[in-house]
Amino acid sequence: MPRYTKTKGILAATALSLALAGAVHADPAEDELVIEGEDGSVEIVTKTAPPAFLADTFDAIYSGWLFRDDTTRDLERDDFDNPAMVFVDRGIDKWNAAMGTGGESCASCHEGPESMAGLRAVLPRVDENTGKLMIMEDYINACVTDRMGLEKWGTTSADMKDMLSLISLQSRGLAMNVKIDGPAAHYWEQGKEIYYTRFGQLEMSCANCHEDNTGLMIRSDHLSQGQINGFPTYRLKDAGMVSAQQRFVGCVRDTRAETFKAGSDEFKALELYVASRGNGLSVEGVSVRH
Amino acid sequence: MSSHLWHAAVVATAMATPAICETAPKDVIYAEGAIETSLTGVAGNPEEGVRIMTTNALGNCVACHQIAALPDVEFPGNIAPALDGAGDRWTEAELRGIVSNAKMTFEGTFMPAFYKVDGFTRPGDGFTGKAATEPLLPVLNAQQIEDVVAFLVTLKE
Ligand code: HEC
Ligand code: HEC
Repeated sequence: MPRYTKTKGILAATALSLALAGAVHADPAEDELVIEGEDGSVEIVTKTAPPAFLADTFDAIYSGWLFRDDTTRDLERDDFDNPAMVFVDRGIDKWNAAMGTGGESCASCHEGPESMAGLRAVLPRVDENTGKLMIMEDYINACVTDRMGLEKWGTTSADMKDMLSLISLQSRGLAMNVKIDGPAAHYWEQGKEIYYTRFGQLEMSCANCHEDNTGLMIRSDHLSQGQINGFPTYRLKDAGMVSAQQRFVGCVRDTRAETFKAGSDEFKALELYVASRGNGLSVEGVSVRH
Repeated sequence: MSSHLWHAAVVATAMATPAICETAPKDVIYAEGAIETSLTGVAGNPEEGVRIMTTNALGNCVACHQIAALPDVEFPGNIAPALDGAGDRWTEAELRGIVSNAKMTFEGTFMPAFYKVDGFTRPGDGFTGKAATEPLLPVLNAQQIEDVVAFLVTLKE
């Protein structure tokens, strides 16, 4: 693994806030994303036909990448420039660390992180063994606690987000493909209900912003479709990784509402529903947003 | 009564007085979306109205609306109609109704209600993400609504 320097990302972030000052956007950018990574280049589908259940809602579904300005989009084209890769590196260190009570590491059971290829694209899913709806954080915590004998990691802790970053990267370029039927159906319905509920004192639903007003500006923010195929993402504004669960908390809080907790049953169901709205878009592995 | 207590009593009265002639959010009467009488009986201050409309933590109207009369506002949103000419299109009573609770004029609108305290799903304590503490305050108080309306009526083409 090459060493990615943090400084480069931070310099880029500074350049971005300057660039932002003059930016005015309307529709998604006409652009294509090919990511140069360690093992060559990967083509990313950032625009495609909507899943069947959204056929009457959208002509196309778009990655949030297309709604960011040129400078931010460029940061995602090459892993050398992508500040999120620092967190992937930290994830690798953790993957190999003998941290379990019996001295086990993730690697001692799973070998290399590439054994996780494909997982990001199908989560959340109903686990065959437990019958429960599981997000990636749940699978990680099942290993951390049951198999390694450690204290559970916080849903949005640094340990957790480093590991989410590493594992998500293994699915880069694969199409999001979460199941919404069978045992997933009732969780999906629950997530859909949350998506269309107007929460808080401002009475706003996810759909009000990300379905009804996609492409428009809410003050200086260019509204995307609120897709999560890019998650976890490096957010320049926070200078750190943001998971989908964390983003949901932020968006609901902005409606002057009492949010659900990251990792709650409600937000797990919402993650399934939102992920399914992006079925067909590529997993970006680790993306960059502002 | 010690002078200190006396002072406290005066302050309490002063604070309570406006409430007597103020119309509380739950007592507002809408006639086809409009509110005929001032919520406070005190004339609104249009300059203060501009401050409220352009301040994030207050009205933040410019998050969604553009206003040509306020060219200095950075990055106004474009989700909602521009407010230029609003004073021609709507009467003062209608504007008071729209700002207080736009849903009484435009069914199901995206525009938040700024003078409403009930009927919410999981209301929060401002932008903290925590549950609201009762009694809930409206996003803008009665005089702030009057200030905003005082500015809107000046928006003539
Ligand atoms: C008041 C408007 C508003 C509401 C309501 C809202 N969001 Fe957002 N959301 C934003 C803004 C602004 C951004 C940043 C710009 C963008 O990507 O759209 C954002 C970003 C996101 C992103 C990141 C997209 C990316 O590619 O980086 C996701 C995911 C998201 N929202 C999901 C949701 C969900 C789910 C809900 C409901 C629980 C919701 N939002 C409610 C305004 C809103
Ligand atoms: C989140 C978005 C949003 C915010 C914030 C918002 N509005 Fe609106 N407003 C709308 C929309 C959307 C409409 C159009 C009504 C409709 O068809 O739903 C509207 C309509 C109006 C109208 C009538 C427009 C016309 O000229 O015909 C006025 C006046 C108005 N708003 C004033 C305000 C004021 C004053 C504030 C702040 C105190 C404000 N708005 C905040 C979304 C918003």
